[in-house]
Amino acid sequence: MDLSSNLILVIVVTSIATFASRFLGILTAENISDKSKLFDWFNYVAYSILAALIARMIIFPAGSLLESTLLIRLTVILICIAVFIYSNKNLVLPTILSFFLLTFLSDVY
Amino acid sequence: MINREYFYQGLKSLISSRSPAIALACSFIALGALFNNAGFNLQQSAASSFFTYALPGQLVMTESFLAGASLINIFLSVWLVNFRLYPMTVALVPILKHRSQPRWKYYLSCHLIAVSSWLIMKESYKRIDQKYRLDFWFGIGCGTLSAAIISTSLGYWISDYLTKEMMIGLAIVNPVYFLCMMISAMNNIKTIIAVSTGALLGPVFYLASPEWSILIAGIVGGSIAFFIKGKKNGSI
Repeated sequence: MDLSSNLILVIVVTSIATFASRFLGILTAENISDKSKLFDWFNYVAYSILAALIARMIIFPAGSLLESTLLIRLTVILICIAVFIYSNKNLVLPTILSFFLLTFLSDVY
Repeated sequence: MINREYFYQGLKSLISSRSPAIALACSFIALGALFNNAGFNLQQSAASSFFTYALPGQLVMTESFLAGASLINIFLSVWLVNFRLYPMTVALVPILKHRSQPRWKYYLSCHLIAVSSWLIMKESYKRIDQKYRLDFWFGIGCGTLSAAIISTSLGYWISDYLTKEMMIGLAIVNPVYFLCMMISAMNNIKTIIAVSTGALLGPVFYLASPEWSILIAGIVGGSIAFFIKGKKNGSI
């Protein structure tokens, strides 16, 4: 098989594997009310999973972030959180700032 | 079919001060550049973001493809890394449900679930009439999905101009956005416990099992929050 048609298969397989979780979620949710205990449990698990994912992305990153040090990442994040809180929870400012700040710091160090 | 007024209202959340568009654009620009370097063509890159639309899975796909992994291995590793979408869907669909909405809309709408759109919906659903929440959700979801596809293509085109430092800078934007959204969501003791235990256990479990750490940390953290007595809503 040539590389290009193989790549299309890879994209299809990835999409099916991803949609499976979303679709399974729809089927599970069919008989769950938003006032039920089960819904609450899924809700907290979802928030907790996202928190775990974010912490993992920052402390044990993959890809480009590996080339920055943990100290620099934490510095950028703390500054951005401070901006977020002092800008009355504006999200545009800290996200744009984080890009320029880390790009600049990676260039300097 | 779809209530236009609520659809546009959802779409408009992309241009608010809490817009996920910037964070989404940055991470998908980086992904587009990565696709270019990995030897994908533009159509394949855009199609991947359209049909998969889940960043961690697409990263795993690219890595596995470059490493020459088999299709079944790619399927399993993507499935595991994107399994977080399962509890996220179960925690979202019940708030979108209304008996007047046709079933096909739910099946279609679940493709639009991603961390950024999910967090926005969780934050704003209470002020939307339950009857039209699904239409509002389509607005958010179509907006974020389009932003992802456009940014992937953009990143593909400009990949030659992106320096190594800029790629590092792009990669921090998404975690910063998610973190700020999480801080806003922590308005009751149970969510605070769910978020902080997850954030603490995730990296700890990672040392033992990188593949399963996120799921297990989430299940443990979420269950602790569930069993602790406290108010579900409102302030602490």
